[in-house]
Parts: sequence; structure tokens; C-alpha cells
Amino acid sequence: MARIIVVTSGKGGVGKTTTSAAISMGLAKKGHKTVVIDFDVGLRNLDLIMGCERRVVYDIINVINEEASLNQALIKDKNCNLLSILPASQTRNKDALTQEGVGKILEELSKEFKYIVCDSPAGIEQGAHLAMYFADDAFIVTNPEVSSVRDSDRILGLLSSKSQRAEKNEEPIKEYLILTRYAPERVKSGEMLSLDDVQDILSLDLLGVIPESKSVLTASNSGNPVILDEKSDAGQAYGDIVARYLGETRPHRFIEGKKGLFRKLFGGG
Amino acid sequence: MTINAQNKSYSSPALEFKSTMFSVPVLGVASDDLVLIEQLLNEKIKLAPEFFKHSPVILDFQEVNKKQLTIAIEAVVAVIRKAGLFAVGVRGGSDLQHQQAIELGIAVTANTEIKAELPKTPKIITAPKDDAQASDDSTTVLITKPIRSGQRIYSHGDLIVLAQVGAGAEILAEGNIHVYGTLRGRALAGVQGNAEARIFCSDLQAELISIAGHYKISDDIQGAISNTPIQIYLQKNALVIKPIA
Repeated sequence: MARIIVVTSGKGGVGKTTTSAAISMGLAKKGHKTVVIDFDVGLRNLDLIMGCERRVVYDIINVINEEASLNQALIKDKNCNLLSILPASQTRNKDALTQEGVGKILEELSKEFKYIVCDSPAGIEQGAHLAMYFADDAFIVTNPEVSSVRDSDRILGLLSSKSQRAEKNEEPIKEYLILTRYAPERVKSGEMLSLDDVQDILSLDLLGVIPESKSVLTASNSGNPVILDEKSDAGQAYGDIVARYLGETRPHRFIEGKKGLFRKLFGGG
Repeated sequence: MTINAQNKSYSSPALEFKSTMFSVPVLGVASDDLVLIEQLLNEKIKLAPEFFKHSPVILDFQEVNKKQLTIAIEAVVAVIRKAGLFAVGVRGGSDLQHQQAIELGIAVTANTEIKAELPKTPKIITAPKDDAQASDDSTTVLITKPIRSGQRIYSHGDLIVLAQVGAGAEILAEGNIHVYGTLRGRALAGVQGNAEARIFCSDLQAELISIAGHYKISDDIQGAISNTPIQIYLQKNALVIKPIA
């Protein structure tokens, strides 16, 4: 049975698509058959980040409307053949997504894939609702600033009340925190919320902290998920996140500012 | 500029329904002897003339009807008026008495305790909506997980929250509220008018606290001690925030 992961945040521009691309690539690289679905109908971006925008023929709306089969719409990733991408439609809007249609697609994908990563659009409307509705796990992407934290809190409320698991009274969705664009220096100077401040409000299982990094922008623009850039701190941080999600224990990094190796290892764990 | 023009320039609506709670004395009628009623009424008023001056009252005919006595509403109302009070409502009467009351322009109110007659705020009436969770009976509701922004929890009895209440969340209880985490959202206790209800929390950072309709917003609370267990209760219609010693 596949595990359905929703990457969500409420607020826009916090790094949901970057995170979706990175972790789906990370899971596939670890040998798990993975598919990543773009739910941002009308504002599709995942194909750009994954570098497959030239190969989009059919999209999720075509599949829902039965104008194309799932296999026709799925795009095999150029870097890793265990990873597939189901793009969003750019010409439609989110109302074209139906609960029945999405449910059917996820059911069919579950037969073939081990992990299904749903890249949620911002907001709490239809697109975001359907991206989270069928989820087993939720990755809450949050920036260390108040509005993002509050929006994440709101999304967590919806996860626990408006998902299929909540409606069927099943075991609740497992919620994880991914704190992105974290800059320890700015935390120290008081410009940014600290991890503790964020956790004070959200109190979630921390999957990892992604440091503010130039490599993220470079990777996005070149269409290569940042996790493939193993030299970059953001790439390594996503690598840690995937490993932790799969059950490995790794010390948390990038929470404290630049330090010697010794203190890094024994510092902010 | 006249007041009218000013009002218009602010484009305020001509009508606005607001729900407020206030107490109205209920006058229980237990006799059909109008002379006796008038005499007793005047004696009572003499005790606190200012309090009773032009005061609205609700007439309760439950007792007199129990005794199978017949009494005309019109006559009682005339006695009340003479004493300087205004009958605004009738309860506990027979269908005929209620009919008479309506003809006299007096409202018929529910035949239950006062709190049921008090106007409920629309918010409370529509309590269990979408992501709100509510209990069906008047037992205590226990919440063990964090209450997130945008969630509403309603309890017909007490409400106990073992986790935090996020900013933008709203918890309402007809009884007491206990929060063992940080309270950042809104907490409204005694929402059906129970002035004895209290709010207890271990760290008060609330946006709003309210007991039986008396409320304080976070600006007013700011002086209070945070990160200390506190209780909030109503004393002479004022909210008191005190550390739990």
C-alpha cells in the first residue's frame, strides 16, 4: 500500500514545491518508486522545478476528465527512473479538481508506487483541500515568520478535521514540520523567529530545518531538485529529511550558526 | 453638520441587531387578589425605589395557574404600570393569558429559566459548524491535542484542554474552561449566561477572554502575568485575572 504525503503550508512562497521536488527525488533515489503530483491547477510550477516542462502533454485534469489515461499523463523523471511526475493543468482552475477524480487517481497510483507526494497549492480552498484530503502524512512547510506559522497552524486544524482520515475516524494524519529559509544569524539578531518560537506554537515532529541558501534558487531555475546538489547545505538538509522520514536517526543540522565541526555535531541537536 | 449627515457619511446601517445580555426581574404572581398584589408590590418598591424606577419586569403566572386561580393579564398589567414598572414579558401563563399578553403588546417569553431567555449571540447558536467539534450532552469535553488556528470547540458543560490553544482558535463552554497549555486564542466561558463560570489556564496569552458575555481583549490583558497559572472569574460584573496561589 502506498503512503500518501501532502506537502502543504497554507501560505504561499514558503517552499512547498521546492520541498515536494526535493523529497520525491530523495525517496526515489533511495530506491522507492515515487510519484509527485502538482495540485496547483492554473499556476503549475512543479514541472519547471523538476525540469520536465517541455515534456508535458497531458495533465491531472485530463486524467480526471478521462481524456487521457494515467500512464499517458505521467512523466518519467530524467534523473531517476523510479520517479514520475503528474503535472497540473495550466489552463484550468482548481474547481476542475473533483474529490472523486482525485480519489480514483490516487487509488490507481497506489497500486504502482510506494510513495505519492502531493504538492499542495497555497490557500485552504479546493486545490489545497483535495491535496490533503487523502493524505497519510503531512509535511508542513513553514518559514520562521509569524504569518507563515499562523497559516501552518490553520492548515493543521484542517488536517485534523477535514481529511478523509478525520471524517472516517481513522488514525489521524501524521504531521511533520519542515522549517525552511532558516537563517541562524538573523534569528540571533532577532529578525527571525527561532526554531523554538515556531515549535512553541506548532509543537510538531521536526523533520528538518532547511537553511536559507542560494543553491535553492539556482536549482529551481535550472530545473534540478536541490537535493541533487549534494554539496549545498540545502541539498544536504533535504537529504537528512528524507532519511529521517524513512526512519534513520540523524542529528539536526543548520539550526545553529556556522561553528566548528565539533560543536556542530554536539550543538543544536 | 447634523448628526444625521454624519451618520450617513460613515455609511452606518440604519438598523443593526446586536445581542446583549441583561437581567430583567421576574415578578411571580401567586394570587388573584389585585389589591393584595398592589399592596405587596408597593412595599417592595419602597425598599429600593431607584432600582425599580421604570424597570422592565417579566410576569410569571406559573404559581397562580397552579392554584387554578383565574386572573386577567390586563388587570395585573394596569397594577404594574401604576407602580411605575413596565411589563415587557409574560411567561408561565395559559394559552389564553399569552394571547391576551400579545394583544396588549407584551412579549411571551419561554417558560424556563432566565438563562434560556437571554439572547444568545449568533456565534453560539451556530456553534458546531464545519471544523467545529461539539458535544451533544452537557458533560465535560476533553481535548488532548492542540487546538489549531481556525478551529472552534464548543462544550455544553466544562471544557478541558490538555494542549495549547492556537491564535485564531476559539473555545467556548457553557461551564468552566481549563487550559493546561498556552492559551493564545479566544476563550469564552459561561456562554449561556453562567456568571459563576471560570477560566483557568497555565499561560495566558489570549486574544480574548470572556465570562458570561463580559470580555477582555488582549490589549486589556497585557498587564497580566504570563507564564503563570491563572484563573479568571467574574466579580461585580468585572473580569478578575488572578494567579492561582
